[in-house]
Amino acid sequence: MKNTAEIINCERKGETVIFTPKGDVDHHSANIIKKMIDSELFVERPKEMYLDLSKVDFMDSSGLGLILGRYRIATELGVSFSVLNPNSAAERILKLAGCERMINIVRKKDVK
Amino acid sequence: MNKQNKAVNSAELSFPSVSQNESLSRSFAAAFLMQTNPTLEEISDVKCAVSEAVTNCIVHAYAGYVGMIRLKAVLYDDNTVMIEVKDKGCGIEDIEKAKKPLFTTNSDGERSGMGFTVMMTFCDRVKVTSKVGKGTKVRLFKKIGRSDT
Repeated sequence: MKNTAEIINCERKGETVIFTPKGDVDHHSANIIKKMIDSELFVERPKEMYLDLSKVDFMDSSGLGLILGRYRIATELGVSFSVLNPNSAAERILKLAGCERMINIVRKKDVK
Repeated sequence: MNKQNKAVNSAELSFPSVSQNESLSRSFAAAFLMQTNPTLEEISDVKCAVSEAVTNCIVHAYAGYVGMIRLKAVLYDDNTVMIEVKDKGCGIEDIEKAKKPLFTTNSDGERSGMGFTVMMTFCDRVKVTSKVGKGTKVRLFKKIGRSDT
């Protein structure tokens, strides 16, 4: 069984947190990723949070649910939440759902 | 694809409805698809659609317990692949309602309700049969290499 570090990487830069899931973002891994992100949101309360989707091998609508759920919670807690650099695997699902209308999607080389 | 098309190959896989088997189901679909000479995009389409159908079995059909999911893949002589995802779970009360974008019976706010939309977007045809209390069968059809033939 994969351990958490193999599924998602967490990087803190001051009051900015970047979560980078690796591999597949499906219903199975979304449950694990959700726990990590929610823990950070509720306990650490960063100013900004990014979900870096550049290293995703696969994503289905469970990934969408994960993103929308985290966005909702982050917004309630006053944390700025954005999706960062979605690759083609992530983009195909985000586009299908019209996610750009609901969530801030950032495409750039460096964050902070 | 019409009823005259002949099946030229098939494969089956059964597994319990635990979430770690979502990845297995995608690998099975992709592996079966390879004989059709698919593009990377076609492989991604089929993997995504199968993942959605199997996730529905795990999250909804067998909510709160574990049951068996059966995948059946069939290749027809016109290069259409049919993947059937079958469960013996709770069944769908209103199939047309279930297919509507954003509709979900889940109450914890973590499901996007886009599963059927994804299936219908990435496949040529999605056929759903279901009986409440008996189970559900989702058939995904995709013709590989449309532009070639």
